[in-house]
Amino acid sequence: MKRFAALIDRLIYTRSRNSKLALIVDYLKHTPDPDRGWAIAALTESLDFPAVKAGTVRTLLATRVDEDLFRLSRHFVGDTAETAALLWPDAAGAKDDLSVSQAVDALASATRSDAPAIVASLLDRLDADGRYALLKLALGGMRVGVSARLAKQAFALAFDVPVDDVEELWHAIPPPYAPLFAWGEGRAERPDLADVAFFRPFMLAHPLEEESIDLADYAAEWKWDGIRVQIVRSGKGGGGETRIYSRGGEEISGAFPELVTAFDQDAVIDGELLVRGDAQGGEAASFNALQQRLGRKVVSRKMLADYPAFVRVYDLLGVDGEDLRGLPWSERRARLEAFVPRLADSHFDLSQLIDATDFDDLTERRAGARDAAIEGVMLKRRDAPYVAGRRAGLWYKWKRDPLTADCVMMYAQRGNGRRASFYSDYTFGCWSETGELLPVGKAYSGFTDEELKWLDKFVRDNTLNRFGPVREVEKSLVLEVAFDSIHASKRHKSGLAMRFPRISRIRRDKPAEEADRIATLLAMAT
Amino acid sequence: MAKARTWIEPHPSGIYVKPADVWIDPSRPVERAAVTHGHADHARSGHGSVFATPETLAIMALRYGVDAEASHNAAFPYGEGFERGGVRFSFHPAGHVLGSAQILMEYAGERIVVTGDYKRRADPTCARFAVVPCDIFVTEATFGLPVFRHPPTEGEIAKLIGAVRAEPQRSVLVGAYALGKAQRVIAELREAGWDAPIYIHGALEKMCNLYAVHGIDLGELRLVSETDKAEMAGQIVLAPPSALNDRWSRRLPDPVTAMASGWMRVRQRARQRMVELPLVISDHADWDELTATIIDVNPKETWITHGSEDGLLRWCELHQRKARALHLVGRDLEEES
Repeated sequence: MKRFAALIDRLIYTRSRNSKLALIVDYLKHTPDPDRGWAIAALTESLDFPAVKAGTVRTLLATRVDEDLFRLSRHFVGDTAETAALLWPDAAGAKDDLSVSQAVDALASATRSDAPAIVASLLDRLDADGRYALLKLALGGMRVGVSARLAKQAFALAFDVPVDDVEELWHAIPPPYAPLFAWGEGRAERPDLADVAFFRPFMLAHPLEEESIDLADYAAEWKWDGIRVQIVRSGKGGGGETRIYSRGGEEISGAFPELVTAFDQDAVIDGELLVRGDAQGGEAASFNALQQRLGRKVVSRKMLADYPAFVRVYDLLGVDGEDLRGLPWSERRARLEAFVPRLADSHFDLSQLIDATDFDDLTERRAGARDAAIEGVMLKRRDAPYVAGRRAGLWYKWKRDPLTADCVMMYAQRGNGRRASFYSDYTFGCWSETGELLPVGKAYSGFTDEELKWLDKFVRDNTLNRFGPVREVEKSLVLEVAFDSIHASKRHKSGLAMRFPRISRIRRDKPAEEADRIATLLAMAT
Repeated sequence: MAKARTWIEPHPSGIYVKPADVWIDPSRPVERAAVTHGHADHARSGHGSVFATPETLAIMALRYGVDAEASHNAAFPYGEGFERGGVRFSFHPAGHVLGSAQILMEYAGERIVVTGDYKRRADPTCARFAVVPCDIFVTEATFGLPVFRHPPTEGEIAKLIGAVRAEPQRSVLVGAYALGKAQRVIAELREAGWDAPIYIHGALEKMCNLYAVHGIDLGELRLVSETDKAEMAGQIVLAPPSALNDRWSRRLPDPVTAMASGWMRVRQRARQRMVELPLVISDHADWDELTATIIDVNPKETWITHGSEDGLLRWCELHQRKARALHLVGRDLEEES
């Protein structure tokens, strides 16, 4: 744990990407299995110990530290793991000889009932830095600036193997990646993935910044406002298993059992997961409806009936054991159109192309799109293969212009991590018919560092009340808030919920009483 | 007892001692100010008369143009003081920076101590904190949360020296507040045996000279502005925190950015400051020092001026000690902690 703790600490304070790479390369080369595999899995947030959660740690701390002092400390530090690591009393004679894999084994064996005791016994074996490393390992949220991509590059660099190979193998092999290290060190063959429903890294798009684009080179299709998924089934004769992955490669099959059952072809598709809404006559409902289905471990029959999920298919990456990713988009599209009828139309449909005559026509079609589930337009280069990540010039996303409203800041809360010393999360409201200010949303992005400093000072200078980490402020500052869409919501007093709100401008020039009314926002709701 | 509130009044802008018509550490100009130490959140310009230790007056003369020799100002060495309106004022070491003092006031049989800022551990640049028994103890609480436990200073200094030796082609640039922290880091380095010249930003020069005049030996200091870049490889450079990520640092050979502050205990704080080498060195009492001091002084009541007052208040409550927070304004000089 000592080496791992030292690695995390160095990574936290190292800014340059190359220096970070060098640190990880060094660690991978000089640390034995399985410690290095667990460590790299922890750095890339690939570990999950279901029985050990932040709540476990909080409960545990309450046995050693006053609850109020813990809460105050947590607000200040902005991170549960770090707070607990600093507050946990040093145990007499702690040897600090715990290995990463011992810690992983202990955490993995924990049940809800014995998790606090197990974590306590581990903490007692470590010093403050070790405790920090252990809790980060257990809870995730490393925040050391190491993406999965960077970790894979470090692996490729450490063992001199192609990064694309690492990328593909990575998702197919579970931590601690022993076969991967064996292959990297030349002790074994490249692992065979033929029968594994592994994740292929998504191809992503850049925002469109060009003035115009030639539709002879690019195909246009709607960008749907659901979640991007990849569905993979492998194994001949349909004998394999089906997995659904989200954009980051996280498996979400459990939340959508009806799709797992319905996808019965040996293929890999890329599509948008949506929920049908009756208001739209069986078409895709707004993101709001989809949210009811996300993050669920158990899906009730009522959920399945009320929010039926389906996938609008964008692309075909492989079929019947053949990898299509190297083909140009136009060929993949033809194969896709031929393939989709093999899937049950109750759960899968084809994402239609927009047959715009030219870019001006497309601009007009985009502006006229009123469907709540349309987020914008995708432009895909017709001759481009399907490649991992964001490559310049291949795919563009062209979102609908955001909606905006002028709102009044009501409350502010300290941020997390690097923003722990700033009031960076703002709750804002609009005026009701009776002249009351009602909260309509919360935003913590959209401003520059300079603006954040200014907003933080505004909050400190205009505090009316303090509620723990939250301050109520003088209702005098107008914020122009941009959002992608707005929906009716019973959960909020204002009856509204915004999708992806962010601060677009600080309107120091506008008096608070001239901010927007709830009725104006209701008119924008979809 | 408990008459104190009739003769001493906490206001957002400072503590007012009514019978003497004297303010302690006022944040706006007043007729008469008793000042605990020279940091800008305690010492301001524009007062009619200033009462302070000789070192604090000298610092105020250097920083704020206060005329230390003027007859309307008065300097009192540790242990001494004055009387006004029936209130006896005296100055006692606070261990924070050169000249820092706790102010003891005695009136109508009651004793009140205002600490200003303080720490308990040894500091080669100033007199060590003295426990002054009192009825009401007015304490700071900059690090009034149990997450703040400053490690031994020697360990942090060893970390600094280790970092310089690990990469002899680079310099280590330490951000340290210009009054107090910078001189303390230098003096601690000297005690640890670092006798090479230490390179300083121009903004530190006058204060270092003032310390030298008051008998604090800082060894050989050289100005960065008068030194060749190459000479500073493998050397220690000190600058005010604001210069760390400034263009100024380009004149140093590939500097490792370090920062000496109690806030460095919290990783994301250090990261926010873009610090590569956090050094937990503070001139403020940490949690253990704050709570131990309340036990040592054993007052009937504790008043908490600034910092994480909620944490210390809670501790007092848990230990059945009477306490209140004063909510003074303008005491958030984060750079200095």
